Amino acid sequence: MISLETTFAPVLATGLTSYAWLIIAIPAISAAVLLLGGRLLDQVGHWLGVAAVTASFVIAATLFGYQLMSDESARAISVPLYTWIAAGTWKVTAGLLIDQLSILFALLITGVGALIHVYSVGYMAPDERRRRFFAYLNLFIAAMLTLVLADNYLVLFVGWEGVGLASYLLIGFWQHKPSAAAAAKKAFVMNRIGDLGLTMAVMSMLALFGSSSFAAVNAGAEHLDAFWVATIGLLLLLGACGKSAQVPLQAWLLDAMEGPTPVSALIHAATMVTAGVYLVVRSHAIFSISPVASTAVVVVGAVTLLVGAWIGTSKDDIKKVLAGSTMSQIGYMMLAAGLGPVGYAFAIFHLLTHGFFKANMFLGAGSVMHAMDDDVNMRHYGALAKVTRITFLTFGMGYLAIIGFPFFAGYFSKDHIIEAAFEVSTVAGIAALVGAGITAFYMTRLMLMTFFGEKRWREGVHPHESPLVMTVPLIVLAVFSIGAGALMNWWIQDWLEPAVGNHVHEISIVPGPIGWLTMLIVAAGIALGWYLFGRQPVPAEAPASRNPFTVAGRNDLFGDLVNDTLVVRPTMFASRGLVANDDKVIDGGVGGLATLTVGLSNQVRKLQTGQVRNYALTMTLGVVLVGVIVILSQLG
Amino acid sequence: MNITAPTFEWLELAPVLIVLTAAILGVVIEAAVPRAYRLVSQVGLMVVSLVAALAVLVENFVSQRSGTLVSASMVLDGPAYLAWAALLVFGLLSMLLFAERRLGNGSTAFAASAAAVPGSVSESEAAVAQHEHTEVFPLALFSLSGMLVFAAANDLLTAFVALEVMSLPLYLLSAMARRRRLLSQEAALKYFLLGALSSAFFLFGIALVYGYAGSFGFRDIATSIGAPVYGDGLLLTGMGFLAIGLLFKIGAVPFHNWVPDVYVGAPSPVTGFMAICTKFAAVMAVVRVFYVALGAERWSWQPLIAAIAVLTMVVGVVIAVAQTDIKRLLAYSSISHAGFILVAVVGASVGTAAGASSSLASIVFYLVAYGFATVASFAAVTMVRDAAGEVHSITGWSGLARRNPFLASVVALAMLSFAGIPLTGGFIGKWAVFTAAWRGGYSWLVAVAIVASVVAAYVYFKVIIAMFFGEPVAGVEVGKASGFTLVPLVVGAAATLYLGLFPGQLLDLATAVGTFLR
Repeated sequence: MISLETTFAPVLATGLTSYAWLIIAIPAISAAVLLLGGRLLDQVGHWLGVAAVTASFVIAATLFGYQLMSDESARAISVPLYTWIAAGTWKVTAGLLIDQLSILFALLITGVGALIHVYSVGYMAPDERRRRFFAYLNLFIAAMLTLVLADNYLVLFVGWEGVGLASYLLIGFWQHKPSAAAAAKKAFVMNRIGDLGLTMAVMSMLALFGSSSFAAVNAGAEHLDAFWVATIGLLLLLGACGKSAQVPLQAWLLDAMEGPTPVSALIHAATMVTAGVYLVVRSHAIFSISPVASTAVVVVGAVTLLVGAWIGTSKDDIKKVLAGSTMSQIGYMMLAAGLGPVGYAFAIFHLLTHGFFKANMFLGAGSVMHAMDDDVNMRHYGALAKVTRITFLTFGMGYLAIIGFPFFAGYFSKDHIIEAAFEVSTVAGIAALVGAGITAFYMTRLMLMTFFGEKRWREGVHPHESPLVMTVPLIVLAVFSIGAGALMNWWIQDWLEPAVGNHVHEISIVPGPIGWLTMLIVAAGIALGWYLFGRQPVPAEAPASRNPFTVAGRNDLFGDLVNDTLVVRPTMFASRGLVANDDKVIDGGVGGLATLTVGLSNQVRKLQTGQVRNYALTMTLGVVLVGVIVILSQLG
Repeated sequence: MNITAPTFEWLELAPVLIVLTAAILGVVIEAAVPRAYRLVSQVGLMVVSLVAALAVLVENFVSQRSGTLVSASMVLDGPAYLAWAALLVFGLLSMLLFAERRLGNGSTAFAASAAAVPGSVSESEAAVAQHEHTEVFPLALFSLSGMLVFAAANDLLTAFVALEVMSLPLYLLSAMARRRRLLSQEAALKYFLLGALSSAFFLFGIALVYGYAGSFGFRDIATSIGAPVYGDGLLLTGMGFLAIGLLFKIGAVPFHNWVPDVYVGAPSPVTGFMAICTKFAAVMAVVRVFYVALGAERWSWQPLIAAIAVLTMVVGVVIAVAQTDIKRLLAYSSISHAGFILVAVVGASVGTAAGASSSLASIVFYLVAYGFATVASFAAVTMVRDAAGEVHSITGWSGLARRNPFLASVVALAMLSFAGIPLTGGFIGKWAVFTAAWRGGYSWLVAVAIVASVVAAYVYFKVIIAMFFGEPVAGVEVGKASGFTLVPLVVGAAATLYLGLFPGQLLDLATAVGTFLR
């Protein structure tokens, strides 16, 4: 359980820290300027976008430095912005909370965000709507920072909707492709379901605690009866599932790959999709006292990590493999967050390392696509290791990090989760272990099909390495893919303790029995990948397969079919019924009323010569009405 | 019968007296100043007098002067302060629109010679000579002084006189549109006839209530309700007639028929003035009559006002759905807003001072938020033009965002505020009004109001969608306006946003000034 000794009330921001709101304001203003600026900014707009995010990063780093230097009790800073509504028992304030948890997110968002902005300068260079693209990216950064820095759920919700909007705009950025427009719409609709859960959770909090601030909810949660705790927890989980593409709301993420690749890297890998994990960890006071809710989180996490990995094994589209992998890795984080205090720090740890190595690999995939004339089919790749040297090397670092190769970033963060899972439940532990093996398999497959083997390039494609503006961010991210794990391993639990509750922990560099077992399974995954895809040439067209595993994987485990049968068709059916009802009953009613009114006024017009008499007549009828009501109210 | 000479509290009355003096001086200007200098002197006089009145008002407030005035026929209390301040500010903003000349290629929105028969030779002569009616300023100032008294009246007779002082100039102003003059004159005549009818009801109500209480004073009426001399019949009938007269002025259904015609017929700046100031003064009078004089009889009037509120919201919203003319839409919107305000009036738990003041605070907030959004909307209405003058059809406004994104954004903001969307003043206003009614135990009324406001949102979104997603219509342009239009436009939009983001100050102020004095 959470012991309260190490929880400190946030201190009020003073001096420089009271300007912390600039971290959100700068990208927000930059987005507005870019949107309204018109064609004047077409030439320089993208650099303005880069500068805005960089400025936010500098602010985040300064705040982080400030926290590192101050005493543990003074690290959490609250920045009240203003009181929106204060009436009776309701008080809605807006403010920022910069604590040990949110600052890590702020650093990830602005740091990785800045790198991806730089990368996008090169990636989006041929696009004539590049200024608008950067405006949306800045909007996303501002909204995402609002989400993680909010000090209450209502402001968090504002950011939550903001990132949803930015994600919608960016997935559908290439509107001329019908598939992109459809994917944007799908993401929007599925996110709405999650948002409904979050809305209801926030409303319940307002009703039960009279406030939606984290402090009030944390303090009030333990006095709540089990039913309400579980209800709020499950509603929050529904919100988290929508945003983080967890089963059963996972289907939108694969389609979201229609967006430009930097968007996939920033929003659909490193930051936005992890908001669900943030939400669960932030609401630890609710989840840690409700076994129902936390078990649900574990189940969702475990199922998603297997489903995502499975999808990853059978896709030929390089971005969709990575998308499946993202789902799977977020499943790991969810699983960890559901384990209770033992797992919170590990969930965030994995979230951060994943942010680095997955952004690295997505940008790497973008670089490969750049080389291959925007072809995403891995069956048309092959032997790219020599042609795109830097991309290959940096991608390799990401590969080693995600499979958990010793001392790379993922090794530390994923192993902790697997070990913690075994501590809590053997089933969850086995799921995590199997997931690690499948991860190694599909990532090996991706590496082999892309960078090794025979050339299977289409005619007229001449691969080339990307420009420096794209490769430098890759190199920086590769460095973090190598070192981020070791850097944070002995530090992050202590650091996060005041924010997420403490737990006795031991960190040893020598793997335990489970660690060795994990390595064995990973090695088996790699070997299987090599056996199937490295030993023999890969066919340039996907072979027809009757293998049920492959068929299911290629079809996203029939996620769309399930949605279609269970939700879309019944809804369409009900909707058609309602339309019919609308046409016949309501339109009939309104239309009838209109006909009646027109008819009546025509009748009256025949009797009267001027309308003003009608009006006087209505008034007189009103007088009668007043009289009737007054008399009735006396009787009643 | 002894008649005691009334005492005059000059300082407390100064804001009213300044406005009244300015109106009289305005008449003198018409007689004495050469035609070329009339507009500038009238505008100068208007601005100076309203600012001075506001300054005196603030000085009085800071010095905490309050109490009954002129032998208790008026009262200067917290609500009166708020109403006067709001009336002076909104009066100033909407009268600035009167002075706009650049939009109409050098002529104001008023007829060159209102007395000339439309289409006659003398009309075209006046137009060629570039005559203009600067009398609109003294007329509006007279009307404003009536509104000030109306909002602070403490006996029925004063209220009646104030009502007439307020209304008569408005009838004239409505008839003075430069374009579509026949429509304008017809509207003014309708307004006058129906206004006279409603005044008759009001006067009859006064007589009956006097018969019951033996006094016109609100306080005496309130006391006599506790110890009646005659039966309740006189009081109830009188109350019903008073309600009719007052509800007519705020445009509640079924006494609303004049609103759409007059809003459309009157020159747009005058419509703006009426939509805000008349409504503000009349609502304050409604609240004062029902809370102060008839507070003890609330069980009798609450069902009546509740029924009227439902009718007003529903009819206002439903008919607004079908409107294709922006001014008519704003007219029905104004009707439905009167309904939302009545919701809070009904919710008054007069028994407790806190309940009354929260109801009152919510009404004041709602009116202020509505006022700023209305100023901005009518300023915008005067700016969208084609060769024949202002364009009122919503299809003509389509694609406005491409011609002038700024104006379209301002209108969108005003519409969002009317619809009660968060982060605008209108949201907080609706929220406050609904809370007041809820606390007063009228949860069913709040439910109706919420449904009505959801339907109303459709109406306003229709305008926004037309502006932002429609194709621009050929020939429609956004006129180049001078500061006389731009200042109200920008102030209205900025205040709407400000009230949405920082509602606390005004809400606190409205609560802190307390409730009515008796």
